[in-house]
Amino acid sequence: MKILFPFFAVIALVLLAVLGTAANLHFLFGVVIPYAALFIFIFGVIYRVLKWAKSPVPFCIPTTCGQQKSLPWIKQNKLENPSSTLHVIGRMALEVLTFRSLFRNIKGELRDSSKFVYGSDKWLWLGGIAFHYAFLIVLLRHIRLFAEPTPAYLYILEAFDGFLQIGIPRLFATGVVLLAAAAFLFLRRIYVPQVRYISLAADYFPLFLIMCIAATGIIMRYFFKTDIVGVKELTMGLVSFSPVIPKGVGSIFYVHLLLVSALFAYFPFSKLVHMAGVFLSPTRNMVANSREFRHVNPWNYPVKVHTYEEYEEDFREKMKMAEIPVEKE
Amino acid sequence: MAKFTAKPKDLIHIDFKNPQTGWMDTPVDIREHMYCHPSKAKDLETVGFPNIHEWKPIDENWNLPENWKETVLNGIKERLQKYRSFHVFMDICVRCGACADKCHFYLGTGDPKNMPVLRAELLRSVYRKYFTASGKILGKTAGARELTEDVLKEIWNYYYQCTECRRCSVFCPYGIDQAEITMIGRELTNLVGLQLGWIAGPVANCYMKGNHLGLEPHTIKSNIEMMLDDIETITGIRINPTFNRKGAEILFVTPSGDLFAMPGIYTAMGYLMLFHELGLDYTWSTYASEGGNFGFFSSNEMAKRLNSKIYAEAKRLGVKWVLGGECGHMWRVLHQYMDTWNGPADFLEVPRSPITGTVFDNAKSTKMTHISEFTADLIKHGKLKFDKSRNDHLKVTYHDSCNTARGMGMFEEPRYIIKNVCNHFYDMPENTIREKTFCCGSGTGLNASENMELRMRGGLPRANAVKYVHEQHGVNMLANICAIDRATLSASMDYWVPGVGVAGISELVGNALIMKGEKERTADLRGETLPGKEGAE
Amino acid sequence: MSFNEFLSEKKPAILKKWFDAILDTYPADTANFLKKQKDRFANPVGSTIYSGMDSLLNSLLNDDDADAISKYLDDIVRIRAVQDFTPSQSLAFVFSLKDAVREEAASKINSPDFSAKLIAFERRVDALALAAFDIYMKCREKIYDLKANELRNMTVKLVERANLIFEARYRDIDLKDLVLEGNKSERGE
Ligand code: SF4
Ligand code: SF4
Repeated sequence: MKILFPFFAVIALVLLAVLGTAANLHFLFGVVIPYAALFIFIFGVIYRVLKWAKSPVPFCIPTTCGQQKSLPWIKQNKLENPSSTLHVIGRMALEVLTFRSLFRNIKGELRDSSKFVYGSDKWLWLGGIAFHYAFLIVLLRHIRLFAEPTPAYLYILEAFDGFLQIGIPRLFATGVVLLAAAAFLFLRRIYVPQVRYISLAADYFPLFLIMCIAATGIIMRYFFKTDIVGVKELTMGLVSFSPVIPKGVGSIFYVHLLLVSALFAYFPFSKLVHMAGVFLSPTRNMVANSREFRHVNPWNYPVKVHTYEEYEEDFREKMKMAEIPVEKE
Repeated sequence: MAKFTAKPKDLIHIDFKNPQTGWMDTPVDIREHMYCHPSKAKDLETVGFPNIHEWKPIDENWNLPENWKETVLNGIKERLQKYRSFHVFMDICVRCGACADKCHFYLGTGDPKNMPVLRAELLRSVYRKYFTASGKILGKTAGARELTEDVLKEIWNYYYQCTECRRCSVFCPYGIDQAEITMIGRELTNLVGLQLGWIAGPVANCYMKGNHLGLEPHTIKSNIEMMLDDIETITGIRINPTFNRKGAEILFVTPSGDLFAMPGIYTAMGYLMLFHELGLDYTWSTYASEGGNFGFFSSNEMAKRLNSKIYAEAKRLGVKWVLGGECGHMWRVLHQYMDTWNGPADFLEVPRSPITGTVFDNAKSTKMTHISEFTADLIKHGKLKFDKSRNDHLKVTYHDSCNTARGMGMFEEPRYIIKNVCNHFYDMPENTIREKTFCCGSGTGLNASENMELRMRGGLPRANAVKYVHEQHGVNMLANICAIDRATLSASMDYWVPGVGVAGISELVGNALIMKGEKERTADLRGETLPGKEGAE
Repeated sequence: MSFNEFLSEKKPAILKKWFDAILDTYPADTANFLKKQKDRFANPVGSTIYSGMDSLLNSLLNDDDADAISKYLDDIVRIRAVQDFTPSQSLAFVFSLKDAVREEAASKINSPDFSAKLIAFERRVDALALAAFDIYMKCREKIYDLKANELRNMTVKLVERANLIFEARYRDIDLKDLVLEGNKSERGE
């Protein structure tokens, strides 16, 4: 159920797009829905971020993963235990760009049938980083569709991406990597018992969606070639706010477009907001200098305490007996 | 007695429920020996906790207050608005599972609800149901569920099987910290009167008497006097510390376990000897006689109320700065919370070692320095003389306490000290120390006796690593800088790795420290005869 | 084929069956993880039990002495003893070794020489079970000890007493009188 429901949801989206084009609803699927999705995406994410940002950070709670700054002759680990904003930027960059924490992953294993050790386990890191970078590059490549003339850096990017020099049109490695990595993440969810147990429908849905997006993209480029000129006409129309619906763009393109729209619209309401949330995570983005500079809690309020005077009231006799100094004789 | 005719095979097979049910459909199974007893009403009354009532974890009916559900939901709402951490952590988990097998309770029990991610989901599912659009509309498909009594019981059960050690947070790509979520979850249980005796008792004691154990002022003094007698027997030197003395330069605060519990008192003897040897102008306080903070295991407000005593006492006595003893969660609190709660401590001065002149700039604002920082600095400047051979009967390894590791980042100072006072030091395997250290399994107020089985299971991953160095190098002493470790690891070692003792670092310092005018030592601080000194007297 | 040869040849299969039998005793939720072929060792519980079993089988094969055997047995029983089982449930795993061996030996049982050896082997397993029982008891006693010790060392009562002892010492009166005094004032006299 956790797997089937999202699977059929994606299938339904595909059918919807096919039927929609068959019923000549090109304008709805080519213009209205993409605009709406983008609108939801942008405002949705902003709304989420603002909502998080509205909750204050009452305490300085970085998780310290390296030596603190203390005595001058002890080498501080600035990236894992940052004591200045610059260090934090470094730490966040490592986290966001290289997935530092996932790289740390370890796993217990039994060696020589008697020694139990924790060894490093980088598969999740590899899958994660391949997935995210492939996604990013694929996304960047699509800028070609929204800019005229095509910016120069895209040629460089594409040259690298097509380094395998296979086929015509040249095979882009990232498309394949994206599909493979998404498939890996999916299989992992099914085969690793712990991960299977914790997975929700909401974890499978985006994976299916992205796999389908990648697959339709690849099909369009290499197999049932779409009319790329027509597509660009449509996309340029979208960015220039003068939408046109060119003729002859196959329904597979509309499937692709609807799935992408679905992903964008789904984004702010799901765990996918981790993309924005990671920047706001207090255990990672705070400077670990709470003894050096006071962190202020905006809702700090006075509390009832047991004062020294009350304490002495309770124990004065005993304190005097034990020759412990008191305030009032 | 059907059991006796049954074949072993039948006997061994226990019929459990279908493994294929999802976690939401697997009801919580609260078991004895895995939880601590509820609190006594009088302890809760002392500090004014709400909704005090009689209940037992294994009972069907927990006698919850009538509006419990509303109270909990409002509690969640309030905390979402107060803590960005909580809010963000409720939203961004992708259930990648990187944290799953990092929790010592999961590793030791195999219970899937002890995976940090699932521990969080227990509460997150409720959050989704009442606070997100998708959860409201899609319900279970979106991972949302109603808050029922069973759900509350489940949260209670598993949030008191988490020691807030933050190990999961190290491995999470977004730094999601179950410790933070557990703290908030525990606050919610406290709102409806579900508190542990082992937490409420120390809290009430600390509030009224100044320390968890409830030592009264004259008892603190007498306990220390007994230590002084022992020190005199061992070294021939009589030490005269002061209590609640106004005008001292330094106020010294340590967990009360060091004053009363074994083997903590040996650590306290180490402090006393070190300070005497330095001629330090310091004082103990009987009012602020607790560095630790069990309030931290119940609610933010309670923690602040207990913590307030340290600055208040420093101000009353007119000291210049505060020195803190060896304790784990105490230092999480001092390092990351104290100044925010009860600061600014502008009536104090930046800590400066009167012996070496070193200014502890890293404590510029809190004005509170850790004994290991203080001691390491002394050693570096050659201010202390040691006879390392007095620790030669010990093969030492070092346990990084969760809180000084992941809530502070103190890794090198303690190791530096150990290496300077011991000849035999062996670290445990790399993935089980420093920021990846395993918890003792009994922190955050779970160090009661009735839940000994939970503690032993949670302590297994740590014990396993100790066993490794025990077998490889003959390690027989587990050094640490935490009072809870000293108490609980003793039990865990006793069970899993017999033959390994537990000691605070200052005890090792005290052993090796050459004091002016001391007689030839024939015993260590525990009164055990030093090797080669048998029959010396 | 001698019985010992049979045992060493079939060791992997026997070990697997035996290990599976013990995993079956865990709650389904837990066993589900412990059981997966790849993951079963990725935790200290599973791997300690597995390596204990492996060493036990080797010891039985090599006719090691009781001390060596009880060390490996100890590793397993120590874990089982804190795992919420009844004593019989905790220790039944020893007997499942018999089943595992018999299942593998099914075809050879007709040979009288072989079956005599098998019976002798089973006797040793029975002895193992008795030894396991001793260890189990020791472990449980240890747990009770630990509980008792902590109660003795840490209880509020003890601190209260210490508070009184020292008060009596300072006031130079008998502890008994002080307690009496306390009782009286509690009664409001
Ligand atoms: S590692 Fe972080 S994101 Fe991954 S499952 Fe655990 S809490 Fe969630
Ligand atoms: S904080 Fe520690 S005990 Fe709690 S879930 Fe995380 S790893 Fe487990």
